[in-house]
Amino acid sequence: MSILRVEGLTRRFGGLVAVNDVTFDVAAGRITAVIGPNGAGKTTLFNLISGAMPPSEGRVVFDGREITGLAPEAVARLGLVRTFQLVKLFSDLTVLENVKIGTHLHARGGLFAALLRPGWAREEERAVAKAAADLLDFVGLGDLADLPAAGLSYGRQRLLEMARALAARPRLILLDEPAAGLNAEESARLSAIIRRIAAGGTTVLLIEHDMTLVMNTADEVVVLDFGRKVTQGTPHEVRNNPDVIAAYLGGVEIGHG
Amino acid sequence: MLGAVPWVFAAGLVGYALVAGGYMATVVSFALIYAVFVVGLNLFMGFTAQVSFGQNAFAAIGGYSSAVLTTMFGWEPLPAMLTGVCGAVLAALVVGYPTLRLKGHYLAMATLAIGLITYEITVEWQSVTQGYMGISGIPPLGLGKWTVTSDRGQLVVLIAIVALSLFAAARIRASRLGRAFFAVAGSEEAARALGIDVARYKLAAFLLSAGFAALAGSLFVHVVGFVSPEVYGLHMVILSFTMLYVGGIGTVAGPLIGALIVSLLPEAFRGFKDYQDLAYGVALILLLIYAPRGLSTLFRRREARS
Repeated sequence: MSILRVEGLTRRFGGLVAVNDVTFDVAAGRITAVIGPNGAGKTTLFNLISGAMPPSEGRVVFDGREITGLAPEAVARLGLVRTFQLVKLFSDLTVLENVKIGTHLHARGGLFAALLRPGWAREEERAVAKAAADLLDFVGLGDLADLPAAGLSYGRQRLLEMARALAARPRLILLDEPAAGLNAEESARLSAIIRRIAAGGTTVLLIEHDMTLVMNTADEVVVLDFGRKVTQGTPHEVRNNPDVIAAYLGGVEIGHG
Repeated sequence: MLGAVPWVFAAGLVGYALVAGGYMATVVSFALIYAVFVVGLNLFMGFTAQVSFGQNAFAAIGGYSSAVLTTMFGWEPLPAMLTGVCGAVLAALVVGYPTLRLKGHYLAMATLAIGLITYEITVEWQSVTQGYMGISGIPPLGLGKWTVTSDRGQLVVLIAIVALSLFAAARIRASRLGRAFFAVAGSEEAARALGIDVARYKLAAFLLSAGFAALAGSLFVHVVGFVSPEVYGLHMVILSFTMLYVGGIGTVAGPLIGALIVSLLPEAFRGFKDYQDLAYGVALILLLIYAPRGLSTLFRRREARS
């Protein structure tokens, strides 16, 4: 069953067509990867899906509901949460506070709760703290909860951003190059974490350059090149597809990658 | 433990003023009124990282509401003060809703304009504000027959109000509301991706800061007994910014520390006579060089937050 459907999605910047008539489905509960050379339009595609920018043409349907052109916070409220290629943490805050902010949609305390702390608000704060601590343990940052987020290594900042996104309890999580800046060992751990996210019932759509990670982790791969979808299939099918080999190794790539 | 240093310093200073009374009590009283104003400013500029040059407008609304309602209509100070605070929050809602969509310099310009417009209104609307003449004979704080007239009595009331304001700021900081403010400050894009309605929380911080500004503006007229347009002029904006940065923007103790230091520095340099302003300026520059994140951040390795 499809949880996300992208239909004829197109985005133009002046004369440049960054995403060109892209159509695909993301199966619920599975891990789908979008791959392609630099400049293939992957991040633009994520921006269109998550509401960060409106498409020029086409539709995005999430869980049977059209979300084309909705604001990012409205998309998040429906259960679709993203991370960023260039990590965007709340760097003045601690690691734990970052994840607590992720729980925003699942708590309700406002000014009254902040000032007077009635019983239900204290209860809620405890639940938020517990959920945040559990997620930090899940991504392996449990020991670093009280450090400033800005002090983490780049790879750990990515894991923190992922924990923060999970705190919003998304039904579909969009991961923009989660393995960038990770070493081989960290990348292998990340692969296991992503599989556990999917096993927990959250559908994963990710953009990735790290082919080892994609081949080991994804159930389904969508290949983009020059904004167009080249092919879609299992990692095995995609690896042996002549168009994909051309996109990655062919003369076209040289001079634009 | 070191984190307690700013609080001990502030408590010592205010305690001394309470014992000494007289001129020192007056100076510290004004510092505390400013502290209330800066606590509000800090919610908007520190917690939420937005800029407003127009908070004096809300202080003016609070102050003039108190002045006009008590002298012309014979209201009690407390309901007059409450009315002023509500009026300022309402004005902030009307003004903030369109302007908070503006970013950076545009928001700053819009808020500056609000301050200037309010100043002009207090000057020109003579039938109500009596223009430059100002309004005198404003009753002191109190309830019914019980009024606070002594310097020390006023100081005690102000200490209680500042303590409550700081308590509110500390609680907001450790709450879901405060986290949303800090998220907006950290990255609007990331905040929105997590479902935080950025425009709504900017507005909330703006309304809160307007409420504190109006409270401070109203306290001032009841303590002094007089109000004129100059009280809420542009110098108020400059002074409150200085206090916020000297004390420590985004911290809980910062507004109080900044308000006390910036109010007392000129007094400390009184002996310099003609060079008083020069010494004050040099001291401010040194503070900003050696404590760029504010005095209240000097004594901690890392802000402890829950």
